[in-house]
Amino acid sequence: MTAVNLQKKKSNLRTIFGYSMTAVSGACLLATIIPLFAVLIFVAIQGFRSINLNLFLKLPPAPGLAGGGVGNAIIGTFIVVAIATVIAVPIGVLSAVYLSEFSGDNQVARAVRFATNLLSGIPSIIAGVFAYGALVSSGLFGFSAIAGGVALAVLMLPTIIRTTDEALQIVPQDIRWAALGVGAYKYQTVLFVVLPAALSSIITGVTLAIARAAGETAPLIFTALYSNFWPRGLKEPIATLAVLVYNFASVPYKSQQELAWAASLLLVFLVLITNITARFFTRKKAY
Amino acid sequence: MTTAPYSRTKPLASRSDIEKNLEKGFKYLTLAFAVSIGLILLAIAVLIFLQSVPAIKAFGLGFIANNTWNPVTSQYGALAVIVGTLINSGLALLLAIPLGIGTALFLSEDFIPTKIRTVLTFMVELLAAIPSVVYGLWGIFVIIPLIKPVGMWLNEYFGWIPLFSTPPAGPGMLPASIVLAIMILPIITAIARDSLASLPPELRQASLGLGATRWETIFRVLIPAAFSGIVGGIMLALGRAMGETMAVTMIIGNSNRLSWSLLNPANTIASLLANQFAEASGMQVSALMYAGFVLIILTFVVNILAELIVNKVKAKY
Repeated sequence: MTAVNLQKKKSNLRTIFGYSMTAVSGACLLATIIPLFAVLIFVAIQGFRSINLNLFLKLPPAPGLAGGGVGNAIIGTFIVVAIATVIAVPIGVLSAVYLSEFSGDNQVARAVRFATNLLSGIPSIIAGVFAYGALVSSGLFGFSAIAGGVALAVLMLPTIIRTTDEALQIVPQDIRWAALGVGAYKYQTVLFVVLPAALSSIITGVTLAIARAAGETAPLIFTALYSNFWPRGLKEPIATLAVLVYNFASVPYKSQQELAWAASLLLVFLVLITNITARFFTRKKAY
Repeated sequence: MTTAPYSRTKPLASRSDIEKNLEKGFKYLTLAFAVSIGLILLAIAVLIFLQSVPAIKAFGLGFIANNTWNPVTSQYGALAVIVGTLINSGLALLLAIPLGIGTALFLSEDFIPTKIRTVLTFMVELLAAIPSVVYGLWGIFVIIPLIKPVGMWLNEYFGWIPLFSTPPAGPGMLPASIVLAIMILPIITAIARDSLASLPPELRQASLGLGATRWETIFRVLIPAAFSGIVGGIMLALGRAMGETMAVTMIIGNSNRLSWSLLNPANTIASLLANQFAEASGMQVSALMYAGFVLIILTFVVNILAELIVNKVKAKY
């Protein structure tokens, strides 16, 4: 009886095909990740040069002059994103509570989930056009921090709804039954048992939505507009880091380009830190 | 025994009206918020439609087929930007699909240890988190200078092809599409990887048991089985690409002229809006709203198709 050789032959056409395909897909991975490092390294090198205390404390200089900082844009970003968060979090969390706790996956819930997906698919600039039409051109607020905040809130909503919905569904059914079993109302169960149990995942989701909103530019360039001065109120045009990067990227002055790089570094740093901490915290689950 | 015995028949304290109302009220409150999501979506579409009515009346459907965009004479047509949007996102998809699927295959099969795979998957996801304005800045200072010699070479040797018929102007369709491809890669990769990873392990085992090699299994079993998931991911990426604004606006050159050459500056609907809204007035606002409405319809159609395709996959396994 002759033994059949089951060993892969190195020269076999199928083996060679396999190895070369592995190499090709590995190369695809490399080609995908290289831009990430290229962007990070470039932003870090260009941005670090202008990182100093003035960056946080001073206003942008007049065109052509050196020095200055992006203090107004840092505060402005904070204000606009805070407005967006205040609007989006209650709407998003309560909608998700309905989806996961009260709907039992009925027609309404399916329609709302579908609407949420469509909302997450609308281009960010359309959110800006919406806020422009509703608040700016209608004369309600004009170019203002509030209009910018509303535009960003629209973009934050789908993320908040989805993460909260998922977080609530992961909470074990037993603890709802336990709460109801000792006589709690449904609303008490949701508010004092289910929501606290899912709180850390919800906060993670909200934080990621905030990080995303802080980097959004398109909806802000014609709602919050831009201002070279310190914020003067919620009904006034306001500077944000993202719009500052856009405005200063295309001017021919070296000092303004440097500020654009520094502002980019701040944005990228913010996004990376939130993503990495969020990733770290979602790993440990409450239940 | 003088004390009254604990009565077993005493009814539980009945729930007060206030609490009953609280209970109902809370449920309807959450319902109202849930419904408001649909209303917000509706409000966006209706508001933009209403604001574009003057332009729709003035230009009709010819708006889509006309390529003059002249605020001075109040003549508006969106052909150039619509074509620009389609070419820009199409070209980006063409670049991103093979790279994305290749990456997804590498990350879903066991070529490398799980821990390294998790890290690599996370890094691909980080690509999606970088703000688009940062990609734009990077594109201006890195990609445009990097691509220019390639454009020169293409123009010199392949100038007879209309696509490369002009010398590169710096900003233009080609660099914008390359940056856009980088930005939509994570979506394609993530969804293709998920749909490959969620296939039942029996499929792999059966195929390998019949004597197929790993790559034969991938090509003849796994990719066909995950096909609709992968296509759904590509559709979502297309929707994202059509609406992407900042990076494209900063790199594409914003020229509203129609041109065959990929090396020429061009424009997209989103970039047009980004550039002109802040300074627009009168009929121009309405024309911009009309263009925005066209963009909404394009992205809605693509997203609904993606949703349907992805849902079909969920039902299968």
